[in-house]
Amino acid sequence: MQKALTLLDTTVGKKAVMALTGLVWFGFLVGHMLGNLQVFLGPEKLNAYAQGLKALGPLLWGARLTLAAALLLHVWAAFSLVGRSVAARGQPYRVKKNPATTYAALTMRLSGPLIMLFLLYHLAHFTIPGVAMSSSYTHDHNDVYANVIHGFSVPWVAALYVLAQLALGLHLFHGAWSALQTFGLSHPRYNVLRRHAAQGIAGLIVLGNLTIVIAVQAGLIK
Amino acid sequence: MANMNLVLNVWRQKSANAPGQFVRYEAKGISDHMSFLEMLDVVNEQLIERGEDPIAFDHDCREGICGACSLMINGQAHGPRQQTTTCQLHMRSFKDGDELTIEPWRAAAFPVLRDLIVDRSSFDRIIQAGGYISVRTGAPRDANEILVPKTDADESMDAAACIGCGACVAACPNASASLFTAAKLGHLGLLPQGQPERMARTRNMVSQMDREGFGHCTNHGECEHACPKGISVAFIARMNRDYLKAMATQPVERDNDDG
Ligand code: HEM
Ligand code: FES
Repeated sequence: MQKALTLLDTTVGKKAVMALTGLVWFGFLVGHMLGNLQVFLGPEKLNAYAQGLKALGPLLWGARLTLAAALLLHVWAAFSLVGRSVAARGQPYRVKKNPATTYAALTMRLSGPLIMLFLLYHLAHFTIPGVAMSSSYTHDHNDVYANVIHGFSVPWVAALYVLAQLALGLHLFHGAWSALQTFGLSHPRYNVLRRHAAQGIAGLIVLGNLTIVIAVQAGLIK
Repeated sequence: MANMNLVLNVWRQKSANAPGQFVRYEAKGISDHMSFLEMLDVVNEQLIERGEDPIAFDHDCREGICGACSLMINGQAHGPRQQTTTCQLHMRSFKDGDELTIEPWRAAAFPVLRDLIVDRSSFDRIIQAGGYISVRTGAPRDANEILVPKTDADESMDAAACIGCGACVAACPNASASLFTAAKLGHLGLLPQGQPERMARTRNMVSQMDREGFGHCTNHGECEHACPKGISVAFIARMNRDYLKAMATQPVERDNDDG
């Protein structure tokens, strides 16, 4: 009899890492969306909120480092598991039907990397002057409100954000559904509820984010 | 009684290491009362008459209880009907002129031995890793002395319905053996007799499942849909729960944990 594998060597352990780090990001996404919705309260409110965050200093850096670490672990587990999964099938089927699963579940390994690319772009967009703003405008670190308005007023930038949110929505829907099962928090009696909860939280995050982009494009906020 | 003619694209492979390919056969005059395996028997008789090698496939009980039969039929494990093994699948599920692609289970942990037969001994090793359960020997005890709540007994029997056919692995996009392993763990884990070794058993069986090279569970649910016994993915949640609990409460193996 061989020794049992350690937690992080098993697929269940790695899935738990993915689920846990995914849930950390869920927390961030909800906060990030709610914070940014303050754009509808006007420049003073949003800029004051941004100043408030900056004033947190080391706390803010702590949160950023936690998120970065969570993302690294998430991507590490994803690569390790997906590699295993491909090797586990070996020779593919000539014909394979998947009647039970969802589009979101089948495309996790696509939506994940897309989110990663979007995240890098998004960070660059709002921190590096000169990245994808309307041409007449220069990025101002102290005027978040103006950055948002000018950033989303470029049509192709807005389109990119909309597409990224769709990928995010798919990832979050299956992620939320799956993570609860990974932790063992599922029961046939509550599965309908679990599905609705996953749809609800994914939909809320995506719609919340999208209203900002759409409002700028529609000229509702200037 | 209606007869039908079918076209079969069957995976033929001489031995484990030989390359394989699809070969096209015509199955003529098939009665819709036949089972899928009887249809293959008819095709094989014709092959033998022509002096060709018959198609090798696994079967034993032919009544849906042994778990020997397999076959990926048009991309579905055990064919298109739910909660039905290939041996219980009737040809009336198909119609005249249908073209069927018949493949072996595909998983690195289920290597093809010949044609449609795969080696499923990785499942046996997962069960072996589960080890023993402690039982009291000595004077016989009264029957039904150990009380089992009805709901636990029912759920345990639902898990015990697993016949180990491997359809869950075959249907899973990740070739994961999670449903099989979870069913075996759920079966004992729900009964009082399974409690003393429950944590060690979970840790050891999950470890063996991964060592065999099966993929991970991404909660597609294809396994439950393909399972001829309709075993629920709720058992996978239970396995995950028990595994995480085992690693939290008994992270270090003790000497007597090996089975
Ligand atoms: C906003 C950031 C993200 C969140 C909130 C998130 C959330 C989640 C959650 C909750 C899961 C489910 C875990 C489980 O099944 O138990 C998951 C799975 C997955 N994530 Fe993410 N994720 C994010 C970003 C990423 C990135 C950047 C990548 C890849 C570069 C990625 C790749 C994957 C993959 C491939 C899976 C499925 C893995 C599998 O097949 O089991 N995710 N994600
Ligand atoms: S031959 Fe026994 S289950 Fe099909």
